[in-house]
Amino acid sequence: MQSDFLRRMPGIGPATAGQERGLLERMHVDPILLLALYMMSAIGIIVLYSAGAESQYLISRQVAYLGVGTVAMLVVAQIPPLVMQRLAWLAYAGGIVMLGIVLIAGTGAKGAQRWVDLGIIQFQPSEVIKFALPMFIASYLSQRAMPIKFKHLCWALIIIVIPVALILFQPDLGTAILVAGSGLVVLFLAGLRWRYIISALALAPVAVIGAWVFLLHDYQKQRVLTMFNPEEDKLGAGWNIIQSTTAIGSGGWSGKGWMLGTQSHLDFLPESHTDFIIAVLAEEFGFRGVMVLLVGYLLLFIRGLWISYTAKNSFSRLVAGALTFTIFIYVFVNMGMVSGILPVVGVPLPLFSYGGTALVSIFIAFGVLMAISTEQETLHAK
Amino acid sequence: MNSEYQSISDPNIQRRVVRSRIMGLSLLLASLLAVLLLRYYDLQIKDHQRYATLSDENRVHVRAVAPTRGLIFDRNGVILAENRPSYTLSIVTERTSDLEQLLAELKALLGLTDAEMARFEEQKSQYRRPYESIPLRFQLTEENVALLAVNEFRLPGIEVEVELVRHYPFNEAFAHSVGYVGRINDREQAVIEKERYEGTHVIGKIGIEKQYEDLLHGSVGYEYVETDARGNVLRVLEREDATPGEDLYLSIDSRLQLRAEELLEGRRASVVAIDVETGEVLALVSTPSYDANMFVTGISFKDYDSLLHNINRPLYDRALLGQYPPGSTVKPLYALAGLATGAVTKEWSIQDYGEFQLTNQERVYRDWKRGGHGRVDLRIAVEQSCDVYFYELGNMVGIDVLSEFGHMFGLGHKTGIDMPSEMSGIMPSREWKRAARGLSWYPGDTINASIGQGFSLVTPLQLAQMTANIARRGVSLKPHMIHAVNEREIEVAQNPLVDIAPDHWNTVHSAMEDVVHSMRGTASAQGRGLSFRMAGKTGTAQVVGIPQDAEYDPELLEEFMLDHALFVSFAPVEDPKIAIAVVIENGEHGSYVAAPVARELTVQWLEENPWIVSQADSDESQPIEEEVDAI
Repeated sequence: MQSDFLRRMPGIGPATAGQERGLLERMHVDPILLLALYMMSAIGIIVLYSAGAESQYLISRQVAYLGVGTVAMLVVAQIPPLVMQRLAWLAYAGGIVMLGIVLIAGTGAKGAQRWVDLGIIQFQPSEVIKFALPMFIASYLSQRAMPIKFKHLCWALIIIVIPVALILFQPDLGTAILVAGSGLVVLFLAGLRWRYIISALALAPVAVIGAWVFLLHDYQKQRVLTMFNPEEDKLGAGWNIIQSTTAIGSGGWSGKGWMLGTQSHLDFLPESHTDFIIAVLAEEFGFRGVMVLLVGYLLLFIRGLWISYTAKNSFSRLVAGALTFTIFIYVFVNMGMVSGILPVVGVPLPLFSYGGTALVSIFIAFGVLMAISTEQETLHAK
Repeated sequence: MNSEYQSISDPNIQRRVVRSRIMGLSLLLASLLAVLLLRYYDLQIKDHQRYATLSDENRVHVRAVAPTRGLIFDRNGVILAENRPSYTLSIVTERTSDLEQLLAELKALLGLTDAEMARFEEQKSQYRRPYESIPLRFQLTEENVALLAVNEFRLPGIEVEVELVRHYPFNEAFAHSVGYVGRINDREQAVIEKERYEGTHVIGKIGIEKQYEDLLHGSVGYEYVETDARGNVLRVLEREDATPGEDLYLSIDSRLQLRAEELLEGRRASVVAIDVETGEVLALVSTPSYDANMFVTGISFKDYDSLLHNINRPLYDRALLGQYPPGSTVKPLYALAGLATGAVTKEWSIQDYGEFQLTNQERVYRDWKRGGHGRVDLRIAVEQSCDVYFYELGNMVGIDVLSEFGHMFGLGHKTGIDMPSEMSGIMPSREWKRAARGLSWYPGDTINASIGQGFSLVTPLQLAQMTANIARRGVSLKPHMIHAVNEREIEVAQNPLVDIAPDHWNTVHSAMEDVVHSMRGTASAQGRGLSFRMAGKTGTAQVVGIPQDAEYDPELLEEFMLDHALFVSFAPVEDPKIAIAVVIENGEHGSYVAAPVARELTVQWLEENPWIVSQADSDESQPIEEEVDAI
């Protein structure tokens, strides 16, 4: 049955092995990914134009980030995955150093330091590490035994804990959890034994209580409490959730129309061009628009998982799967928090929220996926 | 070691492991996406109607449009309370970025006073709707408005609002009667109908402004406006106009009132004048007074403190709240009680040696006149205010009758005037003393009561009401302040009190007339030169008890220990039009200081009103005038 499955896969079966490679493939571009990516980005720009109160500035910046991202993606796509495997530690180490710099000399708002200012550009290292971490762990584990051994598990956990701890100190609980997730998913893909997974899940409540008592800042606790009862604090912390669910719900099936969303245009919706941009889309384009968005993401995820499934070696499989899942977690957590089923944790919506670092990082991640999808079997078979 | 090596070297095992996990991950991913889809379906399809409503409620606000407060006129259409446009600088704290900085800049620009800052801070701490502005300075000058307009761009959060502010053009003159409006305080906030007062900042605090708050306020209008999250109004969607409050025409005659204030200048005093035919209050004066305008926009602590601790108590409405022993002003009423019960007759007389003693009691009750008045009948007793005659009369009729008549004619209970507060005074009786003091009634109490001393306390309004009731020959009309609401005139039902023979009325009226017009009357100086006949009664109320045998020199006593001077009157005697009560604190004798005030006001009122002229020229009054002159 498995062989049956294998035979039908492109690039693996003997039928496709001798095929002439097309221009896009020679440029290491995955056409499906590229199409989905630009479709989503285009919708993103349209929504951002409305959400950002028709700001030429925001749009031109975001388009510029798209250009930078595209270039970065194409460059990364040319790097053979095996090279990535060897150099992943470098990206990881660079990310750790920058997270360290953030803590020492970072800038930010609302009591948290998240930005590094390099003079010409500013960026958020946590956006870099969320992709560098899974790559480094994949690189580490792919050279070890699978299913993963306990010793390697411990090392992998240390690799995960360092950046997570640094991000927690910023403090940015939401991003820390998501970064941890992007590392842990590699462990899962690498065949972490179920007994570990089950015991971790069993210990989770203890960890949560511990974190609540010792780690969480008051404003973070408030966010969690607010999620459970937003009505309690209508003008304070509950405001965001009430206004975003109102925006989404009032959109109905077909929405109020582009540029006609009252919640966003009358400034009831907070952060409408960054973290809460999905609410603008939902309000102006309705459930139809949300479904189009989800279909677009689904296309990206299926393609990403497919690339992972069909990758030529362990590293590629692990990286492709982890990157796809990391992007998915961001989508899920963002849409979940804006619609009120998850706490408000300050996570951007991939490809939609305004912000350079996040956008460029995602394009680089897709560059990695493209490099893997167009990886030559010969490279692997050495 | 070996198995690890084998695992690494076996890519097929690796592939199988990872691929199975990818399948697992795909399932997780698919199910979580389904959760999202369901959530958005719930919000957007299932609960769409609810959220659509919420969204509309968010942006569409109902904004109250405050009604214009009704105006207050006197009976002749002279305006006593009006609404003037006034520019107010206020701050919406929600729109300021740095309140401290803004206040500092405004202080430099306009020279804000500490009092203004303190008031602002106080109001900031009180209940407010979100984005409700807090006033900082009222009645901006043109220059202030211009300065603010020029600098507005760098002063986020300021608002210059034009609104109608209550203004009392006569300042002090009607403060106690018309009263004033002031900012709604927390206590009032708790009791008013919230919807009616949306958009209204002030409410009647005392006087007519408080009494007729319902009529004056009007009804609130509404605007449906679209606002953004910061409360900025973007457009008006729909509008329902406010209904202005009703204009009130008071029964007060401003000329009479102003004249009274002028006559009482520098005195702690009160005057109440009542239209005998209608029960309308023509003048309701309490001096000293204060500028009602100070309270409209919030009085400063300093000003309030100085009013509160002024020894002359300007905030105290003596006309309705002041309680004084009526003294001899009740004598005509008790004379009537004696006649009506048959205890005395017009002809019955006593020999007055200046002292009175109850049988078997040592205490001596003195007459105010040493040596007494000689032979005294009822007419002389009233004319010369003979105390001993009334001791005898009181002793004969008893406290029950005195008390009954007092109550009947308006003493010892609230008159029911349409003002927010009045004192009830005390008309002593057996029941009252038992309840209030826990003691039984002694015959000596009756003796004190029979000349309006002892426990008796009345307000100037009650005195005027009593006098009007006597003038109307036993018909009572509730005293009232409103002549008309808009153009609708107010009428008050007549209430006959008691049936007394016309002869008795004539006797009492004529005795009171003699007080003013007879040579020996206690107020005989007032009768000179009058073109009409006036009935009156003087009174003196003791402030402190003077020991029985002590000699005292009034000049040695502190001014505040001096007796209160009282005078009640009505005129013209044959067809009474106006009844007046005058109380002058520490004025000593009623005849010297109180009676001239009543005379002046009566003259002015009768001259002002043409229907009086025919009365004055009637056959009856001329010969009497000559007779007075002849004496």
